[in-house]
Amino acid sequence: MPDASIRGELPPERDIEVELREQVAAAHAAGTTLAIAGGGTKAFYGRSLETAATLDVTPHQGVVAYEPTELAITVRAGTPLAAVEALLDANGQQLPFEPPHFGAAATVGGAVAAGLSGPRRPYAASVRDAVLGVRMLNGRGQVLDFGGRVMKNVAGYDVSRLMAGSLGVLGVLLEVSLKVMPKPVGKLTLLREEPLERALGLMRQWAGRSLNLTATAWADGHLYARLCGSDEALAEGRGAIGGEPLAARGFWTNLREQRLAAFDGPEPLWRVSVAPASGPLTLAERQVVEWGGGLRWFKADLDPVETRAAAQAAGGHATLFRAGGGTARGDVFTPLGEVSARLHRRLKQAFDPAGILNPGRMYPEL
Amino acid sequence: MPRIADERQLNPQPQVVHELLQVLPADCVLAAEDELAPYECDGLSAFRQRPMAVALPTTVEQVQAVMRVCHAAAVPVVARGAGTGLSGGALPLADGVLLSLARFTRILELDPANLTARVEPGVRNLSISEAAARHGLYYAPDPSSQIACSIGGNVAENAGGVHCLKYGLTVHNILKLKLVSVEGEVFEVGSAAFDAPGLDLLALMNGSEGMLAVIVEATVKLLPRAERAQALLAAFEDVERAGAAVARIIASGITPAGLEMMDNPAIRAAEDFAHAGYPRDAAAILICELDGTNAEVSHDVMRVREILLDGGATEVRTARDEAERLAFWKGRKSAFPAVGRISPDYYCMDGTIPRRELSAVLKRIDELSEHYGLRVANVFHAGDGNLHPLILYDANQPGELDRAEDFGGDILELCVKVGGTVSGEHGVGVEKLNQMCVQFNTEELEQLHALKAAFDPAGTLNPGKAVPTLHRCAEFGAMHVHHGELPFPELPRV
Repeated sequence: MPDASIRGELPPERDIEVELREQVAAAHAAGTTLAIAGGGTKAFYGRSLETAATLDVTPHQGVVAYEPTELAITVRAGTPLAAVEALLDANGQQLPFEPPHFGAAATVGGAVAAGLSGPRRPYAASVRDAVLGVRMLNGRGQVLDFGGRVMKNVAGYDVSRLMAGSLGVLGVLLEVSLKVMPKPVGKLTLLREEPLERALGLMRQWAGRSLNLTATAWADGHLYARLCGSDEALAEGRGAIGGEPLAARGFWTNLREQRLAAFDGPEPLWRVSVAPASGPLTLAERQVVEWGGGLRWFKADLDPVETRAAAQAAGGHATLFRAGGGTARGDVFTPLGEVSARLHRRLKQAFDPAGILNPGRMYPEL
Repeated sequence: MPRIADERQLNPQPQVVHELLQVLPADCVLAAEDELAPYECDGLSAFRQRPMAVALPTTVEQVQAVMRVCHAAAVPVVARGAGTGLSGGALPLADGVLLSLARFTRILELDPANLTARVEPGVRNLSISEAAARHGLYYAPDPSSQIACSIGGNVAENAGGVHCLKYGLTVHNILKLKLVSVEGEVFEVGSAAFDAPGLDLLALMNGSEGMLAVIVEATVKLLPRAERAQALLAAFEDVERAGAAVARIIASGITPAGLEMMDNPAIRAAEDFAHAGYPRDAAAILICELDGTNAEVSHDVMRVREILLDGGATEVRTARDEAERLAFWKGRKSAFPAVGRISPDYYCMDGTIPRRELSAVLKRIDELSEHYGLRVANVFHAGDGNLHPLILYDANQPGELDRAEDFGGDILELCVKVGGTVSGEHGVGVEKLNQMCVQFNTEELEQLHALKAAFDPAGTLNPGKAVPTLHRCAEFGAMHVHHGELPFPELPRV
């Protein structure tokens, strides 16, 4: 039970674990494929699914445990992400990985299964970094607990972090325990007009120094930097970063939710993840950079082979994040190497031997 | 004999030594009894077993060759780094090859622009920070054994340290691994970017105790040195108040770089050993380190000082200079050897608990100490709930080691009961196999075994470690009931 001393409103409670378990067990026995559904806000992400049935996790809601001084929260997977963030906010805390919602219906389970992190990721944590434990159903319909609610736990293989970003191909999340962090006392966004190449150089210079950065981005010819801390720390940081304070609010939310002008339009959206010090990639005109140079978004119908080769040369990989009108070329995720692909197939077999959970969502053979 | 017997059917294949000599230079294969002796245990010296042979390759190709030879003969392989592990994860197997990565000691690349270092697995933890220092960078995880332990072992155990609350565990500080599979193939997990396609095998490799693949290269994250670090030392008349002060610091919104607690026996031992200036009569001390920019640290030091005094600290000292800050830490980091001086032997436990349970758990440890007639000193990573009770015993006194192990087992089961775990950072190895039966049920253990089989279908990579067989758990459960004194009868058992 959540601590009685916490502030703010608790989301409504409903426990449908038994029903979910029975549905998965029955599907396992019958070999019926299931699409695991949260709020559907990230249904565009990953390969398209054609399954015999849908497993709706959204009614499975509520906060199972929350004590602010333990810096951890445990919630049922169907709990709305916005409700959890509001609860943490009321207690002076936040999720370290600043996840995108992509719609009001986003759930915590969906955020963890998608494994997408927002602007704070290089400066705080990724989704999987913040995962402390999961309660899950494997493809046999067995309820399993891995990890826990404590910061340090090396008992057993780290299945809970493996579940982050697994797109439901290994199991159904029932509950997730996440590390939370204090909200900063103050924040400030600074803006400088800089061409891409200089902006990338500045991001790397700053990353190598002790500064209170919590996000950096480049869009529309401007470099954005977000600082946090006390008034003194912000003043100190402003001296080091330069530029002008950004008066308008909402830039980072709009970046995270892909509502900036650079994301508009029907063209496909490519997500290119690279070693952050990589030089400018000029794959397309419309580009947004995040994560100190580590994440580059391109709004264009790119050639998948060339795009993936460019990403690989820069130490990373490319994802067809949004297919746009459905005319985009190529598969969604970068293909795996031979050994890795074999391990993926065997892991799928180990968790979901009948292959019923989100088949093909990540790779055709999973 | 190892204290927890190897349950496997042995597969003696002495010809493998000759096959290893075909693929490795002669000085890279040890098989004579006296040569094997130094490898018979890791940091958990109560467990000893000589391997059939030791392989000391110097190249990735040689590691692959060793794996191929052993795979073909179904001979088990146990990988070993610096051998400082505390749970017997690198305990050899009688019919197995011990694969030492000790000769992989090169730092291959420092990349200050990307804030990474690419290193071989035998590189010592501390030497990464030493090499990165000229760029103003360091590698954050700092297990107390950092002068000796190697990065490959750190990854295998997902090692922690005293700065995890703010900077995370090993898993949070590794970007990419190069591995050799049990079949002898090279593959990589993670990437030079912030993520990689597919399932997060990188996360899975951290803490996998050498059961899934052999690490032959690691790319680690480097951080800029904080502009300033400052430490406070607070003394308390009772452990409860110290524990409550920890919760108040966290509640204030400050994330200390380190937050450590020691109880009186640990304080005395550390002070006698390291002369850190600890108050010898305090029931507990807290060491709180704050780091960051100058302005931030100044601000936070004042607030933490107020919180500690409000919370009933009898004394709060702020390190006057860098020398005193390091002295505060020296006492803490040398707590284990310090305890080693006041007792012929000690047994170090590694449970994690929710912080709120601290005083209840310490009280129960006191009662158990009385019950078993063994002294205990407690050091505690208070910020992240990781408790290290050090049980003092004398192996030369008949029965004392058995009592120490039973005492330790009870502590770990207590940690599980209050919502924690049997291992925070030292790993399960062979040491905590029985307690894994308390933490996981049959279906969970079966899933963990299936996961291992995905990487190692024949089960020849470090077999018998980290995850107990269902047979062992059945025996362990039966044994507990036979004693008729199950410590926590209300717990569900498998």
